[in-house]
Formats: sequence, structure tokens, C-alpha cells
Amino acid sequence: MSGNRRAYFKRTLLNTCLCLAFFVTVNYMIGARILNRYYTNILNLVLIYVVAAVSLNLTCGYLGQLPLGHAGFMSLGGYTAAIITTRFSIPDIGPIPGQAVLFFLATVAGGIVAMIAGVLIGLPALRLKGDYLAIITLAFGEIIRVLVQNIKITGGAMGMGGIGKYTNFSWGFFWTVMVVAFTFLLVNSRHGRAIKSVREDEIAAESVGINLTYYKIVAFAGAAFFAGVSGSLFAHHICYLEPGNFGYNMSIEMLVMVVLGGLGSISGSIIAATVLTIVPEVLQTFATWKMIIYSLLLVVVMIFKPSGLMGDFELSAARLIRKIFRRKEDVPQLPENYTEGEETDEQET
Amino acid sequence: MNRKPERSPLVPVPSGFLMREEDVDKTPVLEIRHLGVDFGGLVAVEDFNMALGRTEIAGLIGPNGAGKTTVFNLLTNEIEPTRGIIMIDGYDTRGKKPYEICRMGVARTFQNIRLFKNMTVLENVKIGLHNEMKYSIGEAVFRLPRYFDNEEVSDLRALELLSFFNMQDMAEWKAGSLPYGAQRRLEIVRALATNPSLLLLDEPAAGMNPSETLELMKNIRRIRDEFSIAVLLIEHDMNLVMGVCDGIVVLNYGKIIAKGSPEDIMSDPVVIEAYLGKADQ
Repeated sequence: MSGNRRAYFKRTLLNTCLCLAFFVTVNYMIGARILNRYYTNILNLVLIYVVAAVSLNLTCGYLGQLPLGHAGFMSLGGYTAAIITTRFSIPDIGPIPGQAVLFFLATVAGGIVAMIAGVLIGLPALRLKGDYLAIITLAFGEIIRVLVQNIKITGGAMGMGGIGKYTNFSWGFFWTVMVVAFTFLLVNSRHGRAIKSVREDEIAAESVGINLTYYKIVAFAGAAFFAGVSGSLFAHHICYLEPGNFGYNMSIEMLVMVVLGGLGSISGSIIAATVLTIVPEVLQTFATWKMIIYSLLLVVVMIFKPSGLMGDFELSAARLIRKIFRRKEDVPQLPENYTEGEETDEQET
Repeated sequence: MNRKPERSPLVPVPSGFLMREEDVDKTPVLEIRHLGVDFGGLVAVEDFNMALGRTEIAGLIGPNGAGKTTVFNLLTNEIEPTRGIIMIDGYDTRGKKPYEICRMGVARTFQNIRLFKNMTVLENVKIGLHNEMKYSIGEAVFRLPRYFDNEEVSDLRALELLSFFNMQDMAEWKAGSLPYGAQRRLEIVRALATNPSLLLLDEPAAGMNPSETLELMKNIRRIRDEFSIAVLLIEHDMNLVMGVCDGIVVLNYGKIIAKGSPEDIMSDPVVIEAYLGKADQ
């Protein structure tokens, strides 16, 4: 029951503890060189893709649209943040390193620029549905790519170098927690229900008083913000940006992660993003077979589980614990002493 | 839910209907004047006039393709009218979006059920309560007290509404997995959740057996009495229409061919002709 305070605080406490435990463990492993730099790099890349995939799930899985311009938003965020971090610097404030503050602010700025673009493109594009929206967003992604290629500040086709390697596990993990928490908390509120109702049936949603345009824009803007954030993380991970990084191939890759993981499942997106980032790396040794195995994986999953690995199911630590201790799930119920006109009804008639 | 214990007698009013005496001096909840719509060259609805009292149940009948559902779509502005005025509670609906019409107090169900199938029964009703809840996106994401206050109240309200049809135990079911009759009832509950003053039912008895129809008849009256709202329904089941409606409008080829109480309509030769055709002579 979504309105239950105690259950919510218990769950939040549990999840916070689990996140902290995971964070501390991995950080220790990195510090103790159990995870070498190669593995840490892959881990960071996984987190970057998780941020992008979960945010795409908001428009794709929950809102039920088919946007193909996610890389465009990532590109905007990445370039914005990279331009800021390469041009400005912030002195250390006491124990807080200025460089970290700058990276945080640049990432947020990248997200906001992407979000503004999301609203601007969303206003005209979201009047359209399905294939038409897909084509418009595809075109948007290409426009951004060509634009980046032809203006000076981004380094043009030469690319943009000299970006500091600021993305580390802590930042990746922080933004992953942010995007997962944001999506989860939004989806389980009246606004999230409105977004889901748009996916289910637009005409019915509008007939019960849902402002379609508003909620489409909200979902689109939220997704664009975190796409921008993941773009910034990506830029400061590979340290060198070129327009080709954010081609439509990347949009498709994100879409594959979301669909494979399950439309409308945050945990599904996380799992799929992790698997699809790690599998190509693991298969590095069989370079010739890499793409075949990767593609085969997709075909097999789509044939045997078309709703994606997780469907719309979410992994939940709280549910797991309830299962282990065989506690009952709290199903919403009317209070015991609730009386309705039922009995009096029958006496009258 | 407050019940109105006694219903006042029916009295005739200028619109040609019989109206409850208690409703006579109030503005009608729905007033339609010279409503018309063209699809290209085709005149789908022409010169449609009617008024509906605060707690009246009216029926809209007519042969297939007469334009009944079109009238509903015009009322909720899913189709913009070409001519005429629709007034809900005295306010003109021209240029309003369907979701704004809903906020003005019109709720509807659909001929082919349109539920949010992959969501639970409770969620379906709570989407109907969307505009009753007041908290912003920020308050939702940071889980501020107003989120919990609103959600708690609406959970109870949703269950209370479901208990109207004795469906409170199905709250956690997926809406798409409900049996057909329950899906129809859930659609009505979802419509009622928006706190309407006028409920539009598009063929509520379609696909129901006689005993279910009888149950539905009772329920429509209960809805009117307990929620004190007006109901306008499209229906082909004449037993239901004649049994439950205070006034009936008969539509054929987009035009009103008859209007009046069930008794008048049943014996009206024009109506009989529209349904059965003219005797060859």
C-alpha cells in the first residue's frame, strides 16, 4: 500500500543500508586492488549505462512511447559538462575538493541543458505517437550530432580532448542511486500513475482527467535530465568526446537494454544494462563471435520472453525478507469498523 | 455516502421530459442546444437539444449508427462540435480539452471497455482520484507528509468506492484479469472516482445476461441516489432503458425523432418505425 508511512520508512532504511554496504564493499575492493583498473573501468561504464537505461525506461517503459533520440540528450549533457569542466575551475573549499564540486555542478548543468532540449523537442513531438515519434526523435538525435560536428566550441569533427577523468565509482554509484530513487518514487505516486495510464490507454486517461501533454512532457524531461547526467559521466569517463560517440547506434543500444530488461521494470533495466555491457567485454577474446553471440542473446530472449527478462516485475529486498520470514504482504483493506449503507439498504428494499 | 431517502414526484418540464420536482428550480446539470457535427460532408449529428436535471437518469437510444456514441464523444469534447452549445453546470465546454471536461464534472465509460489493464484494480480507481489528490511532483519524489496524507485518504476512498460494487477484495488484482462483468463495474467505479455530477454510460449492459442486467439496473439507481448525480446512458437493452430512465431521447440518422417518458416512447409510432421499419402497404 503506497500510503503506508511505516512500511515506506522501513523499506527506505533497508535499501539505504544495502546501498551503503554495497558501496563500502566495492570501494574497499577497489582500494585493495581486488578489482584492478580494467574491472573498475568496466564497472564505471556499467553504471553510466544503467543511468541512461533507467532514464530511458521512464519514457519507454512507463510512458509507453518509442523515443530514438536518447543519445542526443546524452550528447548535449556530455558536451555541456565537458565544456564547463575544461573551462572553469573551483578552488578547494576546506576539505571538499573544488574539482568534485565543479564536476557535480557541470553534470547537473548538463542534465538541465538536456532537460530543456527535452521539453522543447517534446512539445511538438509528443503530439505524435508510435512510429512518428520514433522518427522525430531519431531526427533530433542526428541534428544534435551534426550540430556538434560543425560548431567550434565542441571541437567540431576533430573531437574534444583534455577532459579530466573525474568519473569514478563513487560518482557513478551516486547518480545511479539518484536515477533509481527518482524513477521509483515518481512512478509510485499519483504523477507516476498518471504517466502509466498514458501508456495503458490515452483516451481513457484523458477521460478521467489526466492532462496528457503535461505528463508526457514531465516524463520526457525527467528522462532527458538523467540522459544528460549519464552523458556527462560518459564524457568524463572516456576523457575524449567526438560526435560519433553519440550516434543513433547508441540510442538503439539503450533501447535494446530497456526492452531486454523489461518495459516498466527498473531492476530489469539495471540487469540488462549490466549484462549487455559486460558480455561484449567478456567475449573480447572471441572477437569474431562477439557480435553473433550478442545478437543471438537478443533473439533468444525476445522469442522466449517477449516482455523482457523481468517483465514489469521489480526486485525488492523488502519482499525477499518478507518471503524468508513468511510474513503476509500488507494488502490494502477497509478498516474493521467500517460500515457502509449495505445493511440498511436491504432493510429498506 | 449520503442517501436521499425520499424521491419527489415527477413533473413535466418544457424540454419534454419529466423531471423530479426537487430539480425543477435548479439549473440543469447538462444543457445541449442545437448541437451538430459534420464529418467531411456527412452530417453525423444535427440539431440535438436536451437538458438533464441534477438527479435524473436519461437514456439515449436509437438504431445502430444513429450517432449515440458520437453525442457522447461530443459531450466530452473528444470530437469538437461543428455547431451548437454544450453547457455543463451552466459553463460552456467549447474549446475545452477532454481532461478539463472531466474536471468540470463529466465522467464516462466506454462501449468497448477501456481499463488500464496492466495496473491493479486499486490503481485504476486511484487514477480516477488523481485530481482529488493534491501534492506536487517534488512532494512525491521527496515523500513529504502531504504525499502520505493524500495517499492514505485516497486508498481508503478507493476501497470505499470499490465496496459500492462489493469489489474491495479484488483491489490487488490486475484489472485485465477481472471477469467481464467486474471490468464493466470497475470502469463505472473509476468514473465515479472523479467526483462527477454527470455520469455517461456507453452501453453498460452490453454482453450481460438478464440477471446481471437486472443487477445493473438496481446499481444505476443506487448510483443516482447515493451520489446524487445525473446519469445519461446509451443502451440497446430496452428492459433496462424502460425500467431505469426517467426520460428517453431517441436518435436516428443523427436527429432526435422522439423524446419523452418511457411510456410515451414505447407507444410512439415514429420510434417503432425507426426500429422495425414501416409496414408494407
